[in-house]
Amino acid sequence: MNLASLKRAAQRLLPSGGWYVIAIPYLWLLLFFLIPFLIVLKISFANIALAMPPVEPVFVWTQEQILQIRLHFSNFGFVFGDSLYIEAFLTSVRIAGVSTLLALLLGYPMAYGIARAPSGWRNVLFLLVVLPFFTSFLLRVYAWLGLLGRSGPLNGLLLHLGLIHEPLQLLQTDFAVYVGMVYSYLPFMILPLYSAIEKLDLNLLEAAADLGCRPAQVFFKITLPLTKEGIFAGCLLVFIPAVGEYVIPALLGGPDTLMIGRVVWDEFFANRDWPVASALAIVLLVLLAGLVLLLQRIQAREEAT
Amino acid sequence: MSEAYIRLEQLTKRFGEFVAVRQVSLEIAKGEVFCLLGGSGCGKTTLLRMLAGFETPSEGRVWIDGVDVTDVPPYERPVNMMFQSYALFPHMTVEQNVAFGLRQDGLGRAVIAEQVRDMLALVQLEGYGKRKPHQLSGGQKQRVALARALVKRPKLLLLDEPLGALDKKLREQTQFELVKLQEKLGVTFVIVTHDQEEAMTLATRIGVMRGGEILQVGTPTDIYEFPNSRFVADFIGSVNMMAGRLSVDEADHARIDCPELGATVYIDHGVSGPPDSSVSVAIRPEKIQLSTERPSQKDNVISGVIAGVAYLGGATRYLVRLPTGFLLKVTEPNVLRHEAHFQKDEAVWLCWHGSAPVVVTR
Repeated sequence: MNLASLKRAAQRLLPSGGWYVIAIPYLWLLLFFLIPFLIVLKISFANIALAMPPVEPVFVWTQEQILQIRLHFSNFGFVFGDSLYIEAFLTSVRIAGVSTLLALLLGYPMAYGIARAPSGWRNVLFLLVVLPFFTSFLLRVYAWLGLLGRSGPLNGLLLHLGLIHEPLQLLQTDFAVYVGMVYSYLPFMILPLYSAIEKLDLNLLEAAADLGCRPAQVFFKITLPLTKEGIFAGCLLVFIPAVGEYVIPALLGGPDTLMIGRVVWDEFFANRDWPVASALAIVLLVLLAGLVLLLQRIQAREEAT
Repeated sequence: MSEAYIRLEQLTKRFGEFVAVRQVSLEIAKGEVFCLLGGSGCGKTTLLRMLAGFETPSEGRVWIDGVDVTDVPPYERPVNMMFQSYALFPHMTVEQNVAFGLRQDGLGRAVIAEQVRDMLALVQLEGYGKRKPHQLSGGQKQRVALARALVKRPKLLLLDEPLGALDKKLREQTQFELVKLQEKLGVTFVIVTHDQEEAMTLATRIGVMRGGEILQVGTPTDIYEFPNSRFVADFIGSVNMMAGRLSVDEADHARIDCPELGATVYIDHGVSGPPDSSVSVAIRPEKIQLSTERPSQKDNVISGVIAGVAYLGGATRYLVRLPTGFLLKVTEPNVLRHEAHFQKDEAVWLCWHGSAPVVVTR
């Protein structure tokens, strides 16, 4: 066996360069997502304790050389038993759902407009969409506090136009939460929609018109079905972070805008009940993962037929 | 030619400063296959898109079957188009694609199903109805696109490079199928192509376009044998083009001095041009004969030396260097299997018939 064949054999055994490139992000996810997640999962089965950390260990190595695993399912029972948590979940889903729908209704025409703009303009418009990311997210949400305040410019404008006679209570309402949500997550809706609309073959639209479709029919029969992937992707990108959103409802929402992110925060920091907070986080994750899998399944089935 | 079924009147299309189509007037009879032939950017596609209604003419009118359709939107025109990319709807099956136009017309379910079935049978795609476009080969996609455009029985079918995306063998076969289908249905075709061979086989008449204008309209024979300009002669097929001066111009013959040939070209008909005017003479390579002996005819005989030989199978193409240094293209058919070919550097005589040269003035 000469050197060349040895080298070849080694090359066959070692993974190719492509694998190393893929390995880096996966390693990252393993370290900073999977391991923390497992810790949270562990805590969700632990019992609360007056210590630091405020949980009892799940895995105990006893003096009799026995590994004891104590899983407390009561945390989950507590989560599902208390209507407060159920309500928080439902509120989160409702607010995130409506926000997603609003973002879609607003984002689709914007994405369409950008995709169909003259090519010189397209990059400028695109930049404007992502421009807000150059400022801190927190700062931008605070800005809405000013904009929607009793003496803010929106109330000022409405008063000036004579549409109202005294300032409206906009902050601490669901309306303010929706405004904040749609504003913050709109770029995540526009980007996948833009890429879906942009790659749409214009000949298809002309072919539909040629075969007797009016512009509105072309949109519903060709454009919309063919940009469905973008719609799915955009909706997921908005819906998932919106469900667990903490900052926006905390700053803009009222006391009755009880979203799950805020409940987790309260359990964690105010009540110092890490197990229940973890259980809530796990339930939320399972719900969202289930939703994503369901949507993927639907999409895959449609593609197969 | 009977009555004009399709009539273009002084059609002009400008995009900003750029004039894509300039003052085109054209009449096409019912049942004709009309080919718009030209290189890229000659305005042929813009002209087609104006017929479809995708572009609004800057000036001029379009009439179809006696109706002015200039301002009629594409979805109300009795015109269908087959796109170069086929533009099949990827999210629909073959059946749904073909049925699309009929559904738009609000026909009944049973009627649509029947017409779709008939149409798919006509383009030999029975059994493919449930497939999606991405499951079809290029040739099958082409036939689906054709079926989808024809199923509405349009008064005019527009085809944009209909065979452009097919490979050579399939293209030849499809050409004849397309002609057969057209004859069977009697639909008027307007075809856009840059491929002269495609135009010659498909068309009853060809319009050669350049720079937004139609230079010549005629049957394939007219265009090939009687080109009216240097461009047309050069664009269709291969040609030897020489500059010359009209020295004799009688009713029954004409003579043109060609410095490049070092000889006078005799033409067996009058050209009725101004005497002494500069003209161009075009001679097709296959109209020139080669021989080792000096031919007996008096006119149109010159000598030369073979400078290059290309054996093409069906024919052999020679490059012959004249004493003046000018290179002449000559094509000889290979009639016999063991035919002796002329060799490089061999001295030869060239001759052509008095009807072979074509005189063009522009």
